[in-house]
Amino acid sequence: MQYSWLILMAACLSAQAQGLDQARQDTKPAAQNSISVADDKLLGLPPVPVPADNPQTPAKIALGDRLFHDKRFSVDGTVSCAKCHDDNKAFTDNLPVSVGHHGLTGTRNAPTVLNSAFSKSQFWDGREPDLEGQSKQPFINPVEGGLANHQALLDIIRSDATYLSAFKEVFAVNDKLLSIEHVAKAIASYERTLISGDSAFDRYYFKGDGSALNDQQQRGFKLFVGQGRCVSCHVIEQNQALFSDSRFHNVGIGITAIQAEVPPLIVAFLAAKQKGGDVDKIVLTDKKSSELGRFAVTSAMTDIGAFKTPTLRNIELTAPYMHDGSLKTLKEVVIHYNNGGVTPASAKVNDFLSGGIRPLNLTDAQLDDLVAFLQALTSPQYAKTSAAVAH
Amino acid sequence: MHPINNSRRNFIKNSGALALGATLPLSLVELAFADSSQNFSFAYISDAHIQQIKGSRFVRNWDRGLIRAVAETNLLTPKPDFVMFGGDLAQLGSKPELDHGAEIMSALGQKVRYVMGEHDYYLDLGEYWEKLFGPQFYSFEHKGVHFIVLNSIRTYDEWTFHRWPSNEQRMLEMAGLDNPNSSPFMVGEEQRKWLKSDLDKVAKTTPIVVFSHSPLQKIYKGWNFWTEDAEQIQALLKPFNKVSVIYGHVHQIQYNQIGNISFNSVMSTAWPWPYPTAYAQAEQYLPKLTVPMNRADPFFERDATGWQLINLADGHVDLDYTLYNNTERSVAFNAKTKRPEDKAYQAETSRIPPQSHY
Repeated sequence: MQYSWLILMAACLSAQAQGLDQARQDTKPAAQNSISVADDKLLGLPPVPVPADNPQTPAKIALGDRLFHDKRFSVDGTVSCAKCHDDNKAFTDNLPVSVGHHGLTGTRNAPTVLNSAFSKSQFWDGREPDLEGQSKQPFINPVEGGLANHQALLDIIRSDATYLSAFKEVFAVNDKLLSIEHVAKAIASYERTLISGDSAFDRYYFKGDGSALNDQQQRGFKLFVGQGRCVSCHVIEQNQALFSDSRFHNVGIGITAIQAEVPPLIVAFLAAKQKGGDVDKIVLTDKKSSELGRFAVTSAMTDIGAFKTPTLRNIELTAPYMHDGSLKTLKEVVIHYNNGGVTPASAKVNDFLSGGIRPLNLTDAQLDDLVAFLQALTSPQYAKTSAAVAH
Repeated sequence: MHPINNSRRNFIKNSGALALGATLPLSLVELAFADSSQNFSFAYISDAHIQQIKGSRFVRNWDRGLIRAVAETNLLTPKPDFVMFGGDLAQLGSKPELDHGAEIMSALGQKVRYVMGEHDYYLDLGEYWEKLFGPQFYSFEHKGVHFIVLNSIRTYDEWTFHRWPSNEQRMLEMAGLDNPNSSPFMVGEEQRKWLKSDLDKVAKTTPIVVFSHSPLQKIYKGWNFWTEDAEQIQALLKPFNKVSVIYGHVHQIQYNQIGNISFNSVMSTAWPWPYPTAYAQAEQYLPKLTVPMNRADPFFERDATGWQLINLADGHVDLDYTLYNNTERSVAFNAKTKRPEDKAYQAETSRIPPQSHY
């Protein structure tokens, strides 16, 4: 929280620069920002996309910040957004799967909020198009906030004079017209300030600082874009790097353990969905349905067991890994890909594995190089958290 | 509280009749046709090209393609009436390749009928294949439709029996594209005689569906997108009201109408062929209606490969192509124009641009 004013300031500056950046989209985006504070923070990132109907303002961001950290929006008063997206843990919880009210666990690993503003869809299966859509769901999910409905949340806000004046200032609404959409917009605005570039890799690649990466990290970078094939999904562009293709891939996690059950599971899931079943609830409360991934949203066979490519920025800080938190270390992750999408190596390859995933034939030393490179993607303002995680 | 077809989430693809192949509708036939009583569907997998490297090692990419098609076919609910395999199960016709392919196919929980491909045939002229899958040409009835399977990839006896020092070399020569040592495919006299007598027993109003590996029309000789005696086969089929020919071999989507006969190709599970017009840069005779395949993304090994669900409605075939990582396609018989048409790309202006470089 102590650096949140800094981020907030940077975000306001970046929001102002937005109009400028739109005009010169094809040139270097953030790196040419004339405001030096924002300049460094955004190194390696494109301008933050802000929806036309939800512009950034300092008051709205501050309101979103408060909502994000408010534990009262849960059935037992213990679960805020920040519970699983902890400021001190790079906006994750460092747990395999998140813990909601009364200690209930879900089925998926909390992704970092950092740089989620750049995602073209939200949640591991992309079932919401934007942060506004995403931020409404956890309050009322049975294993997260556990509220019966959004009305319960609005009642809490209406009982809080500070909130009421803030909503009035930001959205010009009184307590009667206040809706969950306003809440979602404020939270999304706050989340759009949680952006971080300027990693060692960014200084090496976008600023030409050859000493920013050590020899091992440089070898790892070559593997990342070469034999490791990582860059095919974790995209690096000429003037920016989001480390995601915003697509969905079956990389052999989760579904590998339930392969034999997939056909009946799919029939049952589609039947439940056709009867009006809530996808958000089904996938977070039923572990096996969760493993169907993007298929739960699209019903497309290509999406069976497929999950969104996450960014790799600050990946060192966000262990454990994968959509189910099943891999504890970055080394385990690169071994999984080196095996051709199976852990352990002897497991049966999933029938629906994404076509891009295949054995890489990397040596153990090369795998270590890759991990070293992944550790060079941490933004300096979170490096302190990094030391905490290491212990 | 989270209705999935909420209009706000219109980015979420709802399953619809046009996307039959891609999505998994709970009820396939009812979605497509008003009068469903005599309509049915079957799955068609083809051109797997299972290839042995050494011992128990096989090319992973081709294995994965067939495994995926089989797994997806097993998800169809209700089950298709039967499954066809369109030929080229193996790459070089060996026992290990045919055995390995048959083992992958055995995961299908239902009846499969096979068509002979040249990659299955030219090592031992189908001897081992017959032991696994039965006769090389045959016919069967299903729900009022007469189905015929031909071995269309035979060639001149001189080439087959008297030219090559070894069976292995014969196989390799026939496997090559643009190979001057190759020879054009044909059904041949033996099967034409059999076909005539088989058809003599069938009423002219009975819908006929012919499965062959090569196109029973002449498209491009250099790649054997060709059957030398195509005109003679077409003449035998001419007296019938409704005739459909479904062929593999070309690894791309083609459709055409010649007289009363509708022609449809099926995709390969192994790799997509580029369009000969773009690749060969030479005169060729592809049917005009054909729409070129999008350029495949080389990262995704499965891109632009796939399998198809074929619906039979009123005796005509509709094909829904399941193409991993690529745009799903659907080719159906248009009763007004009396020819197969791509549901999405009929108009000149709505076609996807052809691939022009590699």
